[in-house]
Amino acid sequence: MAKYTLEVNGNQHHVEARPDMPLLWLLRDKLKLTGTKYGCGVAQCGACTVHVDGVAMRSCVLPVSAVSGAVTTIEGLAQGSELHPLQTAWIEHDVPQCGYCQAGQIMSAAALLEQKRAQDSLPSDEDIDTALAGNYCRCGTYTRIRAAVHTAASFYNAAGQGEGQ
Amino acid sequence: MKPGMNRRTWLKSTALFGGGLLLELTVPAGVLAEEPDALVKSADLNFYVQIDPSGQITIYAPNPEMGQGVTTSLPMIIAEEMGARWDDVVVQAAPVDSSRFGLQGSGGSFSIPRRFDEMRRMGASAREMLVGAAALLMEVDRQTLQARESTVVHTSGRSMTFGQLATVAAQQPVPEPEFLSFKDPRAYTIIGTRVSGVDNLVVATGLSNFGIDVDVPDMRYATYTRCPRIGGVALGFNEAEIKGLPGITHAFIVAPDERSGKASMGFLDGLAVLRGGVAIVGEDTWSVMDAKNKLRVKWDESSASADEWTRMVSRAREIAAAGSGELRMDSGQVDAQLANPDNRTKESFYQFPYVAHICMEPMNCTAHYIKGKNGGADGLEIWMGSQFPAQVKEIAGNMLGLKPENVKVNLLRMGGGFGRRAIHDFAAEAMAIARQVDFPVKLTWTRTDDIHNDFFRAGGFENMQGAVTPEGKLAAWDQHYIGFERLGRPVIGSGLRGNELPMVAFANSRIRQAMIKIDTPCGAWRAPGSNTNAFVEQSFIHELAELAGRDHLEFLLELMGEPRWIKEGDIAALNTGRAADVIKLAGEKAAWGKSMPAGSGMGLAFYFCHAAHVAEIAEVSVDAQQNFHVDKVTVAVDVGPIVNKSGAINQVQGSVVDGLSTMALQQITMRNGEIEQDNFHQYPVMRIGATPQIDVHFIQSDNPPTGLGEPALPPLAPAVANAIYAATGTRIRTMPLSEAGFKLV
Repeated sequence: MAKYTLEVNGNQHHVEARPDMPLLWLLRDKLKLTGTKYGCGVAQCGACTVHVDGVAMRSCVLPVSAVSGAVTTIEGLAQGSELHPLQTAWIEHDVPQCGYCQAGQIMSAAALLEQKRAQDSLPSDEDIDTALAGNYCRCGTYTRIRAAVHTAASFYNAAGQGEGQ
Repeated sequence: MKPGMNRRTWLKSTALFGGGLLLELTVPAGVLAEEPDALVKSADLNFYVQIDPSGQITIYAPNPEMGQGVTTSLPMIIAEEMGARWDDVVVQAAPVDSSRFGLQGSGGSFSIPRRFDEMRRMGASAREMLVGAAALLMEVDRQTLQARESTVVHTSGRSMTFGQLATVAAQQPVPEPEFLSFKDPRAYTIIGTRVSGVDNLVVATGLSNFGIDVDVPDMRYATYTRCPRIGGVALGFNEAEIKGLPGITHAFIVAPDERSGKASMGFLDGLAVLRGGVAIVGEDTWSVMDAKNKLRVKWDESSASADEWTRMVSRAREIAAAGSGELRMDSGQVDAQLANPDNRTKESFYQFPYVAHICMEPMNCTAHYIKGKNGGADGLEIWMGSQFPAQVKEIAGNMLGLKPENVKVNLLRMGGGFGRRAIHDFAAEAMAIARQVDFPVKLTWTRTDDIHNDFFRAGGFENMQGAVTPEGKLAAWDQHYIGFERLGRPVIGSGLRGNELPMVAFANSRIRQAMIKIDTPCGAWRAPGSNTNAFVEQSFIHELAELAGRDHLEFLLELMGEPRWIKEGDIAALNTGRAADVIKLAGEKAAWGKSMPAGSGMGLAFYFCHAAHVAEIAEVSVDAQQNFHVDKVTVAVDVGPIVNKSGAINQVQGSVVDGLSTMALQQITMRNGEIEQDNFHQYPVMRIGATPQIDVHFIQSDNPPTGLGEPALPPLAPAVANAIYAATGTRIRTMPLSEAGFKLV
C-alpha cells in the first residue's frame, strides 16, 4: 500500500492504495464515485472514461501511481447545479437506453468539445466518430449521441465566450 | 384469479399521512400462495398512484428497466388517462412486490401489451375519484366536470387542482372497473408524444444506481472462478498463496448445487444451477480481480463439456446431406415440385454462430445472508438488476431453504438485459458466497466471466430448398433446421415454430428439424429464434425471387396474398394486410427500385414477431476490398399505437445497430468445452463510425399496442445481406460477415 494525494473533481483526496490499482477501482470502491463504469478492464469499451488534466483516459488501465494530473469524472462535469451542455443535450435528445455506457460517452465528447472550442470550431460527424470511437454502446444509441454532441457543441462554444478558456 | 372473486374487493384507497390519495390494487396474498398460475393472470390489476396536496403526482413503474424505456412509457399511460400534466409526474421504480405489482418481469417485448389496459384502468380509476371529489367540493354534477392538465374543470370554467382534491379524492368510492370509461385516443396529449426518459438526468450526471454500483455498510467484494471447461468442478487451489495476497480476506471452494436451477417458469428450469468454483473475497474489486488472475485451480473435468464448434459444423453438414430429422410439417407436394423439370430450384445451406449477450454492465449481485437471532429464521437481502426478480427469491428458497418473506430483493437498474438477466446463476453464486461469511458481499464478474459464463444465443444451420414455377411463382418451400438440444429439449430459440413466413401463408411447405446434443448453456437473446430465422428465411425468399427473375418487394407482397389475419384476434399471429402495409411503406420511403451507384445496393426484409410487423430496407456500399458500410436503413413498423414516440424510435434505431453489430462482427466458438473469446478484442461491438442513417416510420394502426424491445432487430441481418448481394452479387449465407470476408466500416 502507498499513499496518494489525488485531485478529483476539484477536491483533494488522500488515499491509501496499491500502486497497481487502476484509477477506476480507486474512484469506485474507495471514493465511492460510481458514475465511472467497469466494462472490460482492457481499454476496449470506454465505459471507464475520465479526464486527466482535460484529456480523456481509460481509467481501467491507468494505475493510480501513474495518475499525474487533476481527475474529472462524470460527477464533476456539471458546474455546481448547472449541467454541462452535453448533459442537457443528452436529456433533450433522450439519448440513453440502459445508460451504462453514457458516462463514458459524455466524458469522451466533453474532451472533444473542449478541444474544438479552443480551435473556435464545431465538431463534424467525423470528429465525433473519431473522438468517440473508443466508446461502445450495445443498446445502439449512436445516432442520438451524434445529434446530442452537435447540439451541445454550439452551446458550449457560446458559453465559452469571454471566459478566457 | 378465483372464479367469482370480485376484483373490486382488491381495490383499496387509503388516505396518506398528511392527506393525499393512494390508490392501490391489491391481490390478496392467499390467492398467490394457493394458485401459482394466478400470479400471471392477476398481474393485470396491480398498481398505485399517489397525489400529494402540493400537486406532485407519483406514479410507480412496475417493470424492471434495462433500457427498453418502461419506466417512462408505462407511467405515461396512467398519466394520460388521469388527465395529469406530465410535468407534475414523478416516476418511482416500484419495489419488488408481486402482491401489489403482479409479475414484475421484463422480457419478450411484453411490458406494453401486458400492462397497457391495466395502466389505463389505474389512470381512469384515479381520474374518477378526483372527479368525484371535485363534484362534492364544487357541489356540481360530475357529468359537468372534466379532468385535464392536473385539474378538474367545470363547464363554468371553475376548476380545482389535483393537489387540492387529493385528500377528498382518497375518500371517494373506488369505481367499478366495468364502469370505467377511457379517453378517445384522438384526445391523447401524452401518449404518442415524445417524452424524454425519466431517468436521463441521473444517467447523464453519473448518479444512477446500477446493480454494480451498490455500496452497503461493511460490504466486501468478491470474484468467482468457474472451470474454463463448462461443468468442471473445483478440487483444490493455491489457497495459501491467494489468501496471502494483499486485500484478500477469504478464499474457498464452492460446491456445485443443482437446486438453484429449479424454476417454476418452465423455460428457465434447469438453467441457473450453481456451478462449482472458487470464491475470492476481499477489500476492493481490484484486489479480488487481481487475485483471480493468480488463481491456480485443480479441476475435476470428468463431466465437463467437450463441445467443439468446428465439430458441430461438420455434423450439421452431414445431417443436411442426409436430410435426416423429425418431420414437423409437410404438405406432401414439396418433392414433386422440386422434381418438376419445368420449375427452377435452389438449395442453400445457411449458418449462424453462437453469440453472447455482452450487456455493458457485467453480471453482478450483492448478497447479505443474515443469520436469525434468538432462534429466528435466517434471512437474505439482495441488490441486483434482474429481468425477473421473483426468480431470485425462488433460488434463495430452493438453494438456501429460505422463505420468500425472509428474502428481500432490491431491484436496481440494469446496464443491459437482452435476455441475459432473466437467468440468475450469478445471483446463486453471490448467495453461496454470502452464506459462508457474515457481511454483505458484492460479486462482480469480469468481462471474461461474463462472456464465458453466458447463456448464449444458440448457433445453428438451415438447409433450404425451394422451387419457382416458369411464371415466377413460389412452388415449394423446404426448410431443414439443424439446431441444438440440452437438458432433453431444444435450447431456447433453436428450431422453428411453424408460424414463420412463408410457411404460415404458403401451402406447399415442409419443415424438418434435427437437434445436436450440446452441453453449452443457451438462453434467450433479444428476439430468440426470430433473430436467426429471419436471416435465413428472408435471405432465401430473396434468393428465390432472384431465381424467378422477380422484383423482391413484389414477390414478397405476392407471398402475403389477400389481406387476412392468420388467426383472427390472436396478436401472436401474422396479419398479411399489416405486413403488406409496412413492406409498401418501407419501399415508398426508401424509394425502392431507384438506381444505385456501382458498388451499392438495396436490400429488403420483413419479419413478424412479438406481435409486431416490421419491414426494413438497407442501403450498402461495398468497396473492392469488401469493406462495407451501411449507408441507410429505412424501417417501417406496425405495433399499433405508439406510447412514447421518442422511446420507440430509440428502440428501433438501437435494434438496427445491435443487429448490424451482431451480424457483422460477433461469434462465440468453443473448443473442447472452452469458450474461445475472452474479451472485446476477440468479440467486438460495432463502433459509432459504422452507424447508418436510420429512418423510422410508424403505422399507428388501431390494433392493440404491442412492444418494441425486440422486433426491429430480426429483419436487419437479411436486409443487409440482401443489399450486399445487390451491390456485389455475393450471397451471404454465413454470419458473422467477418467470417465471409466482409469488413464493416
